[in-house]
Amino acid sequence: MNRIILVGGGKLVYFLSRQFIAKGISVTIISDNREDSRYLARQLQATVVFGDGSDPQILEETEATLSDAVLAVTPRDQDNLVICQIAALQFKVPRVLALVNDPDNEEIFRKLGVTAFSTTNIIASLIEQKTGFDEIVGLLPMGGGKVTVAEVTLSDKSVVCGRALREISMPDNSLVAFILRNGTPLVPRGSTIILAGDRILLVALPENYGAVLRTFTGDE
Amino acid sequence: MRRVESMFVVIVGCGRSGAYIANRMSREGHHLVVIDSSSDAFENLSPVYSGFRIEGDATEMAVLSQAKMDKADLVVATTADDNVNLMVAQIANKILGVPKVVARVFKPEREKIYQTLGIDTLCPTTLFGDLVGDLYLEPASTAPAGGDEDKS
Repeated sequence: MNRIILVGGGKLVYFLSRQFIAKGISVTIISDNREDSRYLARQLQATVVFGDGSDPQILEETEATLSDAVLAVTPRDQDNLVICQIAALQFKVPRVLALVNDPDNEEIFRKLGVTAFSTTNIIASLIEQKTGFDEIVGLLPMGGGKVTVAEVTLSDKSVVCGRALREISMPDNSLVAFILRNGTPLVPRGSTIILAGDRILLVALPENYGAVLRTFTGDE
Repeated sequence: MRRVESMFVVIVGCGRSGAYIANRMSREGHHLVVIDSSSDAFENLSPVYSGFRIEGDATEMAVLSQAKMDKADLVVATTADDNVNLMVAQIANKILGVPKVVARVFKPEREKIYQTLGIDTLCPTTLFGDLVGDLYLEPASTAPAGGDEDKS
Protein backbone atom coordinates (compact mmCIF):
# COMPACT_ATOMS: atom_id res chain seq x y z
CA MET A 1 0.00 0.00 0.00
CA ASN A 2 1.41 3.36 -1.02
CA ARG A 3 -1.28 5.97 -0.61
CA ILE A 4 -4.12 6.23 1.85
CA ILE A 5 -6.79 8.86 2.41
CA LEU A 6 -8.10 9.34 5.95
CA VAL A 7 -11.34 11.24 6.40
CA GLY A 8 -12.07 12.55 9.88
CA GLY A 9 -10.23 14.43 12.55
CA GLY A 10 -9.01 14.60 16.10
CA LYS A 11 -6.74 12.22 17.94
CA LEU A 12 -7.92 9.15 16.03
CA VAL A 13 -6.82 10.53 12.66
CA TYR A 14 -3.66 12.02 14.16
CA PHE A 15 -2.42 8.72 15.62
CA LEU A 16 -3.56 6.63 12.65
CA SER A 17 -1.66 8.97 10.34
CA ARG A 18 1.47 8.74 12.46
CA GLN A 19 1.38 4.96 12.21
CA PHE A 20 0.88 4.95 8.45
CA ILE A 21 3.56 7.59 7.89
CA ALA A 22 5.99 5.59 10.01
CA LYS A 23 5.43 2.67 7.65
CA GLY A 24 6.29 4.83 4.67
CA ILE A 25 2.74 5.24 3.42
CA SER A 26 1.77 8.56 1.91
CA VAL A 27 -1.15 9.98 3.88
CA THR A 28 -3.78 12.51 2.81
CA ILE A 29 -6.22 13.73 5.46
CA ILE A 30 -9.61 15.32 4.79
CA SER A 31 -11.03 17.16 7.79
CA ASP A 32 -14.12 19.35 7.88
CA ASN A 33 -12.84 21.28 10.88
CA ARG A 34 -10.62 24.25 10.03
CA GLU A 35 -8.77 24.36 13.36
CA ASP A 36 -8.23 20.63 13.28
CA SER A 37 -6.90 20.62 9.73
CA ARG A 38 -4.44 23.40 10.60
CA TYR A 39 -3.23 21.46 13.61
CA LEU A 40 -2.84 18.20 11.65
CA ALA A 41 -1.00 19.98 8.84
CA ARG A 42 1.49 21.46 11.34
CA GLN A 43 2.04 18.21 13.23
CA LEU A 44 2.23 15.64 10.46
CA GLN A 45 4.11 14.98 7.26
CA ALA A 46 0.82 14.60 5.46
CA THR A 47 -1.27 16.45 2.91
CA VAL A 48 -4.24 17.96 4.74
CA VAL A 49 -7.34 19.14 2.89
CA PHE A 50 -9.99 21.18 4.68
CA GLY A 51 -13.39 20.14 3.40
CA ASP A 52 -16.25 17.67 3.29
CA GLY A 53 -14.97 14.21 2.43
CA SER A 54 -18.35 13.14 1.08
CA ASP A 55 -18.12 15.87 -1.57
CA PRO A 56 -16.85 14.31 -4.82
CA GLN A 57 -14.97 17.53 -5.66
CA ILE A 58 -12.93 17.26 -2.48
CA LEU A 59 -12.13 13.63 -3.19
CA GLU A 60 -11.11 14.69 -6.71
CA GLU A 61 -8.71 17.27 -5.22
CA THR A 62 -7.05 14.64 -3.10
CA GLU A 63 -6.49 12.53 -6.22
CA ALA A 64 -8.60 9.74 -4.80
CA THR A 65 -8.26 7.72 -8.01
CA LEU A 66 -4.55 7.26 -7.27
CA SER A 67 -5.14 6.02 -3.74
CA ASP A 68 -4.96 2.45 -2.56
CA ALA A 69 -7.38 2.91 0.30
CA VAL A 70 -9.87 5.29 1.87
CA LEU A 71 -10.58 5.09 5.57
CA ALA A 72 -13.67 7.03 6.71
CA VAL A 73 -13.58 7.63 10.47
CA THR A 74 -15.75 10.69 11.05
CA PRO A 75 -18.12 10.63 14.03
CA ARG A 76 -21.12 10.47 11.66
CA ASP A 77 -22.03 7.06 10.29
CA GLN A 78 -23.98 8.49 7.36
CA ASP A 79 -20.94 10.48 6.21
CA ASN A 80 -18.69 7.45 6.46
CA LEU A 81 -21.10 5.43 4.31
CA VAL A 82 -21.35 8.05 1.57
CA ILE A 83 -17.59 8.75 1.59
CA CYS A 84 -16.86 5.05 1.07
CA GLN A 85 -19.50 4.60 -1.62
CA ILE A 86 -18.33 7.61 -3.63
CA ALA A 87 -14.67 6.59 -3.22
CA ALA A 88 -15.34 3.02 -4.34
CA LEU A 89 -17.88 3.64 -7.10
CA GLN A 90 -16.87 6.99 -8.55
CA PHE A 91 -13.12 6.98 -7.91
CA LYS A 92 -12.58 3.21 -8.08
CA VAL A 93 -10.54 3.12 -4.87
CA PRO A 94 -9.81 -0.59 -4.37
CA ARG A 95 -10.15 -0.69 -0.57
CA VAL A 96 -12.58 1.37 1.46
CA LEU A 97 -13.33 0.99 5.14
CA ALA A 98 -15.89 2.80 7.29
CA LEU A 99 -16.08 3.33 11.02
CA VAL A 100 -19.55 2.94 12.47
CA ASN A 101 -20.57 4.32 15.82
CA ASP A 102 -23.93 2.54 16.00
CA PRO A 103 -23.01 -1.18 16.10
CA ASP A 104 -26.21 -2.06 14.18
CA ASN A 105 -24.76 -0.22 11.22
CA GLU A 106 -21.91 -2.71 10.82
CA GLU A 107 -24.25 -5.21 9.19
CA ILE A 108 -26.29 -2.57 7.39
CA PHE A 109 -23.19 -1.15 5.73
CA ARG A 110 -22.07 -4.65 4.75
CA LYS A 111 -25.42 -5.23 3.06
CA LEU A 112 -24.95 -1.95 1.22
CA GLY A 113 -21.53 -3.10 0.02
CA VAL A 114 -19.25 -1.22 2.42
CA THR A 115 -16.93 -2.94 4.87
CA ALA A 116 -17.40 -1.42 8.29
CA PHE A 117 -16.06 -1.88 11.78
CA SER A 118 -17.63 -0.84 15.02
CA THR A 119 -15.42 0.26 17.87
CA THR A 120 -18.33 -0.42 20.20
CA ASN A 121 -18.38 -4.07 19.09
CA ILE A 122 -14.61 -4.43 19.22
CA ILE A 123 -14.35 -3.03 22.75
CA ALA A 124 -17.40 -4.98 23.95
CA SER A 125 -16.03 -8.26 22.62
CA LEU A 126 -12.60 -7.59 24.14
CA ILE A 127 -14.24 -7.03 27.52
CA GLU A 128 -16.46 -10.10 27.15
CA GLN A 129 -13.48 -12.26 26.34
CA LYS A 130 -11.83 -11.14 29.57
CA THR A 131 -14.79 -11.25 31.88
CA GLY A 132 -17.40 -13.47 30.24
CA PHE A 133 -18.49 -16.97 31.15
CA ASP A 134 -15.42 -19.14 31.53
CA GLU A 135 -17.38 -22.06 30.16
CA ILE A 136 -17.99 -20.53 26.76
CA VAL A 137 -15.04 -21.10 24.53
CA GLY A 138 -16.05 -19.91 21.11
CA LEU A 139 -18.99 -17.88 19.94
CA LEU A 140 -19.40 -17.73 16.23
CA PRO A 141 -22.14 -15.97 14.30
CA MET A 142 -22.85 -17.79 11.02
CA GLY A 143 -25.05 -17.21 8.01
CA GLY A 144 -24.62 -13.45 8.27
CA GLY A 145 -25.50 -13.46 11.97
CA LYS A 146 -28.69 -15.51 11.55
CA VAL A 147 -27.32 -18.52 13.42
CA THR A 148 -25.12 -18.61 16.51
CA VAL A 149 -22.75 -21.48 17.21
CA ALA A 150 -21.14 -21.73 20.65
CA GLU A 151 -18.98 -24.23 22.44
CA VAL A 152 -19.74 -24.67 26.13
CA THR A 153 -17.91 -26.75 28.72
CA LEU A 154 -20.31 -28.03 31.37
CA SER A 155 -19.32 -27.64 35.01
CA ASP A 156 -20.54 -30.10 37.63
CA LYS A 157 -22.87 -27.35 38.88
CA SER A 158 -24.95 -27.48 35.73
CA VAL A 159 -28.44 -28.95 36.30
CA VAL A 160 -28.39 -30.84 33.02
CA CYS A 161 -25.56 -33.13 34.14
CA GLY A 162 -26.74 -36.69 34.59
CA ARG A 163 -29.82 -36.19 32.47
CA ALA A 164 -30.63 -37.60 29.07
CA LEU A 165 -30.73 -35.07 26.28
CA ARG A 166 -34.41 -35.74 25.58
CA GLU A 167 -35.29 -34.80 29.18
CA ILE A 168 -33.76 -31.38 28.77
CA SER A 169 -36.29 -28.87 27.51
CA MET A 170 -34.56 -26.70 24.98
CA PRO A 171 -36.04 -23.67 23.23
CA ASP A 172 -37.32 -24.19 19.68
CA ASN A 173 -34.80 -23.89 16.90
CA SER A 174 -31.85 -24.91 19.02
CA LEU A 175 -29.71 -28.00 18.87
CA VAL A 176 -26.84 -29.82 20.53
CA ALA A 177 -24.84 -30.65 17.43
CA PHE A 178 -21.86 -32.42 18.98
CA ILE A 179 -20.45 -33.51 22.30
CA LEU A 180 -16.75 -33.76 22.93
CA ARG A 181 -16.20 -36.17 25.81
CA ASN A 182 -12.65 -36.84 27.00
CA GLY A 183 -11.42 -35.73 23.63
CA THR A 184 -13.77 -38.04 21.70
CA PRO A 185 -16.45 -36.47 19.55
CA LEU A 186 -19.89 -38.03 19.60
CA VAL A 187 -23.13 -37.17 17.86
CA PRO A 188 -25.73 -37.06 20.63
CA ARG A 189 -29.06 -38.87 20.52
CA GLY A 190 -32.06 -38.32 22.75
CA SER A 191 -30.84 -41.04 25.07
CA THR A 192 -27.35 -39.60 25.47
CA ILE A 193 -26.65 -38.71 29.12
CA ILE A 194 -24.98 -35.35 29.56
CA LEU A 195 -21.99 -35.43 31.90
CA ALA A 196 -20.00 -32.78 33.73
CA GLY A 197 -16.90 -31.90 31.76
CA ASP A 198 -18.61 -32.47 28.40
CA ARG A 199 -17.84 -29.87 25.82
CA ILE A 200 -21.00 -29.33 23.83
CA LEU A 201 -21.49 -27.54 20.55
CA LEU A 202 -24.71 -25.52 20.61
CA VAL A 203 -26.49 -24.21 17.54
CA ALA A 204 -29.17 -21.57 18.16
CA LEU A 205 -30.82 -18.49 16.77
CA PRO A 206 -29.41 -15.24 18.16
CA GLU A 207 -32.76 -14.48 19.84
CA ASN A 208 -32.90 -17.73 21.81
CA TYR A 209 -29.15 -18.09 22.33
CA GLY A 210 -29.35 -16.63 25.83
CA ALA A 211 -32.10 -19.06 26.84
CA VAL A 212 -30.21 -22.05 25.40
CA LEU A 213 -27.09 -21.02 27.25
CA ARG A 214 -28.98 -20.71 30.55
CA THR A 215 -30.41 -24.19 30.04
CA PHE A 216 -26.93 -25.69 29.98
CA THR A 217 -24.98 -23.45 32.32
CA GLY A 218 -27.73 -22.68 34.85
CA ASP A 219 -27.37 -24.25 38.27
CA GLU A 220 -31.03 -24.53 39.24
CA MET B 1 -66.47 3.77 -3.55
CA ARG B 2 -62.74 4.03 -2.92
CA ARG B 3 -61.21 6.38 -5.40
CA VAL B 4 -57.53 6.23 -4.63
CA GLU B 5 -55.64 3.42 -2.95
CA SER B 6 -54.32 4.96 0.25
CA MET B 7 -50.60 4.53 0.80
CA PHE B 8 -48.44 4.15 3.89
CA VAL B 9 -45.76 6.82 3.66
CA VAL B 10 -42.78 7.44 5.94
CA ILE B 11 -41.23 10.90 5.76
CA VAL B 12 -37.80 11.44 7.28
CA GLY B 13 -37.12 15.05 8.22
CA CYS B 14 -39.91 17.42 9.21
CA GLY B 15 -38.52 20.72 7.97
CA ARG B 16 -40.41 22.93 5.55
CA SER B 17 -40.40 20.37 2.71
CA GLY B 18 -41.03 17.33 4.86
CA ALA B 19 -43.92 19.01 6.67
CA TYR B 20 -45.38 20.31 3.40
CA ILE B 21 -45.39 16.81 1.90
CA ALA B 22 -46.76 15.31 5.13
CA ASN B 23 -49.58 17.85 5.40
CA ARG B 24 -50.54 17.38 1.77
CA MET B 25 -50.48 13.59 1.78
CA SER B 26 -52.35 13.43 5.07
CA ARG B 27 -55.05 15.69 3.63
CA GLU B 28 -55.26 13.37 0.62
CA GLY B 29 -56.05 10.46 2.90
CA HIS B 30 -52.73 8.62 3.07
CA HIS B 31 -51.32 7.07 6.23
CA LEU B 32 -48.19 8.80 7.45
CA VAL B 33 -45.33 8.61 9.87
CA VAL B 34 -42.95 11.54 10.18
CA ILE B 35 -39.53 11.12 11.77
CA ASP B 36 -37.38 13.99 13.00
CA SER B 37 -34.54 14.19 15.49
CA SER B 38 -36.08 17.27 17.07
CA SER B 39 -39.65 17.38 18.39
CA ASP B 40 -39.71 21.14 17.71
CA ALA B 41 -39.81 20.32 13.99
CA PHE B 42 -43.29 18.82 14.39
CA GLU B 43 -44.59 22.36 14.88
CA ASN B 44 -44.30 22.63 11.09
CA LEU B 45 -47.17 20.15 10.76
CA SER B 46 -50.60 21.63 10.22
CA PRO B 47 -53.56 20.89 12.52
CA VAL B 48 -55.10 18.68 9.79
CA TYR B 49 -52.11 16.34 9.85
CA SER B 50 -53.43 13.05 11.25
CA GLY B 51 -50.36 10.79 11.04
CA PHE B 52 -47.78 9.71 13.60
CA ARG B 53 -44.72 11.61 14.82
CA ILE B 54 -41.53 9.88 15.91
CA GLU B 55 -38.66 11.76 17.52
CA GLY B 56 -35.37 10.03 16.80
CA ASP B 57 -32.25 9.67 14.67
CA ALA B 58 -33.20 8.08 11.35
CA THR B 59 -29.72 6.59 10.90
CA GLU B 60 -30.56 4.21 13.75
CA MET B 61 -32.27 1.05 12.59
CA ALA B 62 -34.24 0.96 15.86
CA VAL B 63 -35.95 4.23 14.93
CA LEU B 64 -36.80 2.99 11.42
CA SER B 65 -38.27 -0.20 12.89
CA GLN B 66 -40.38 1.85 15.29
CA ALA B 67 -41.75 3.72 12.28
CA LYS B 68 -42.56 0.35 10.62
CA MET B 69 -40.62 1.48 7.58
CA ASP B 70 -40.53 -2.09 6.26
CA LYS B 71 -44.29 -1.81 5.66
CA ALA B 72 -44.05 1.51 3.80
CA ASP B 73 -45.18 1.97 0.19
CA LEU B 74 -43.13 5.14 -0.09
CA VAL B 75 -40.25 6.66 1.86
CA VAL B 76 -39.26 10.31 1.39
CA ALA B 77 -35.87 11.23 2.89
CA THR B 78 -35.77 14.98 3.21
CA THR B 79 -33.60 15.97 6.17
CA ALA B 80 -31.16 18.87 5.88
CA ASP B 81 -28.27 16.39 5.62
CA ASP B 82 -27.67 14.82 2.17
CA ASN B 83 -25.83 11.87 3.64
CA VAL B 84 -28.59 11.02 6.10
CA ASN B 85 -31.04 11.06 3.19
CA LEU B 86 -28.84 8.83 1.06
CA MET B 87 -28.28 6.37 3.89
CA VAL B 88 -31.96 6.18 4.86
CA ALA B 89 -33.02 5.77 1.23
CA GLN B 90 -30.61 2.88 0.73
CA ILE B 91 -31.69 1.13 3.92
CA ALA B 92 -35.35 1.56 2.95
CA ASN B 93 -34.89 0.24 -0.57
CA LYS B 94 -32.08 -2.32 -0.35
CA ILE B 95 -32.63 -3.72 3.14
CA LEU B 96 -36.27 -3.12 4.06
CA GLY B 97 -37.58 -3.64 0.50
CA VAL B 98 -39.61 -0.42 0.26
CA PRO B 99 -40.75 -0.23 -3.40
CA LYS B 100 -40.64 3.56 -3.82
CA VAL B 101 -37.91 5.64 -2.22
CA VAL B 102 -36.73 9.15 -2.92
CA ALA B 103 -33.87 11.08 -1.32
CA ARG B 104 -33.39 14.82 -1.46
CA VAL B 105 -29.77 15.67 -2.26
CA PHE B 106 -28.64 19.30 -2.37
CA LYS B 107 -25.25 18.69 -3.92
CA PRO B 108 -25.62 17.71 -7.58
CA GLU B 109 -22.19 16.03 -7.77
CA ARG B 110 -23.17 13.73 -4.95
CA GLU B 111 -26.39 12.71 -6.63
CA LYS B 112 -24.86 11.04 -9.71
CA ILE B 113 -23.39 7.95 -8.18
CA TYR B 114 -26.65 7.01 -6.48
CA GLN B 115 -28.57 6.91 -9.72
CA THR B 116 -26.25 4.10 -10.78
CA LEU B 117 -27.20 2.33 -7.54
CA GLY B 118 -30.90 2.61 -8.41
CA ILE B 119 -31.73 5.15 -5.71
CA ASP B 120 -34.10 7.93 -6.82
CA THR B 121 -32.79 11.36 -5.93
CA LEU B 122 -34.18 14.85 -6.34
CA CYS B 123 -31.85 17.83 -6.27
CA PRO B 124 -33.54 21.14 -5.34
CA THR B 125 -30.42 23.01 -6.46
CA THR B 126 -30.61 21.85 -10.08
CA LEU B 127 -34.43 21.74 -10.16
CA PHE B 128 -34.67 25.40 -9.14
CA GLY B 129 -31.69 26.43 -11.24
CA ASP B 130 -33.00 24.74 -14.37
CA LEU B 131 -36.46 26.17 -13.83
CA VAL B 132 -35.10 29.71 -13.53
CA GLY B 133 -33.07 29.10 -16.66
CA ASP B 134 -36.05 27.75 -18.57
CA LEU B 135 -38.48 30.45 -17.45
CA TYR B 136 -36.38 33.59 -17.50
CA LEU B 137 -33.41 33.08 -19.76
CA GLU B 138 -33.37 33.01 -23.52
CA PRO B 139 -30.76 30.75 -25.03
CA ALA B 140 -27.70 32.94 -25.59
CA SER B 141 -26.85 31.33 -28.86
CA THR B 142 -27.85 28.39 -31.00
CA ALA B 143 -24.20 27.58 -31.55
CA PRO B 144 -23.00 24.34 -29.99
CA ALA B 145 -21.41 24.51 -26.58
CA GLY B 146 -17.71 25.22 -26.37
CA GLY B 147 -17.37 28.75 -25.09
CA ASP B 148 -19.39 31.88 -24.43
CA GLU B 149 -20.25 33.61 -27.67
CA ASP B 150 -20.03 37.37 -27.50
CA LYS B 151 -23.56 38.63 -28.05
CA SER B 152 -22.74 42.33 -28.47
